[in-house]
Amino acid sequence: MTQPVQYLALAGLLFAVGAIGALVRRSSVVILMSIELMLNAVNLTFVTFARMQGSLDGQVLAFFVIVVAAAEAVVGLAIIVAIFRRVRSALADDVRTLKW
Amino acid sequence: MEKYLFWVMAVTALLSGLGMVMARNAVHSALMLVVNFFALAVFYVLLGAHFLAAVQIIVYAGAIMVLFLFVIMLMGVQREEPADEPIRFQRPLALLAGGALGGLLVFVIRTSFGLARFAEQAGSSSAGNAQGIGRALFTSYLFPFEVTSILLIVAAIGVVVIGRREPESEEPAAPAPASSEPGGGP
Repeated sequence: MTQPVQYLALAGLLFAVGAIGALVRRSSVVILMSIELMLNAVNLTFVTFARMQGSLDGQVLAFFVIVVAAAEAVVGLAIIVAIFRRVRSALADDVRTLKW
Repeated sequence: MEKYLFWVMAVTALLSGLGMVMARNAVHSALMLVVNFFALAVFYVLLGAHFLAAVQIIVYAGAIMVLFLFVIMLMGVQREEPADEPIRFQRPLALLAGGALGGLLVFVIRTSFGLARFAEQAGSSSAGNAQGIGRALFTSYLFPFEVTSILLIVAAIGVVVIGRREPESEEPAAPAPASSEPGGGP
């Protein structure tokens, strides 16, 4: 029988992996993918908590997180494409017009 | 059985996550992320969230990852990240910070939830998981649900506005030759 702590620890590790990806990678698309990974880790904790409580509220919350993540991915990718059209680069370091 | 499935899928999820972070090609990263999403869908099934497992595969692995791949293809597949580091010691520092974050999270989870146990029955009412979620969504969570629709409309309009090609020069006399151009948003 698996225990909640195993699911929660796995979600924590996945979140850390996503954070490392967002820090290490330089391509904006892969950074966005790392953020999706972190959101998924949080979703796993929501579903685990819902199972612990024996209620559905956590699952509904995870559902909302999925919807918001979809909207976020769409807008983020649109911004990346718009920047790519202007500076011809997909690297996050090449966007530094506002950097002093 | 459930235990073995959990461990196999936990290893799959962690390895595919690490593979996503380490793959040099963005397409490989995206495919690794799809594997990760499927592993998470298996966890949702194990936790009794059957509807969320279906949503995970349809929305994440189906829609969002196709969008990511579309954008990667749009910007050129062969483009690889340069190996030099713009910030000195960026990778070791990031690994240190991420490892510390993971260790801290696992420590806190172990100390505060080490003795937690699952509830006796899953959170699905007698009618089933999808029906229970639908009932919760349209009764106690009706207002957030409607706000979500506004969010989606705003996101769609925002994408159209961002993805629109700017007119090359303002010509008030010309009858807008570029107006037949489609929105161009991904």
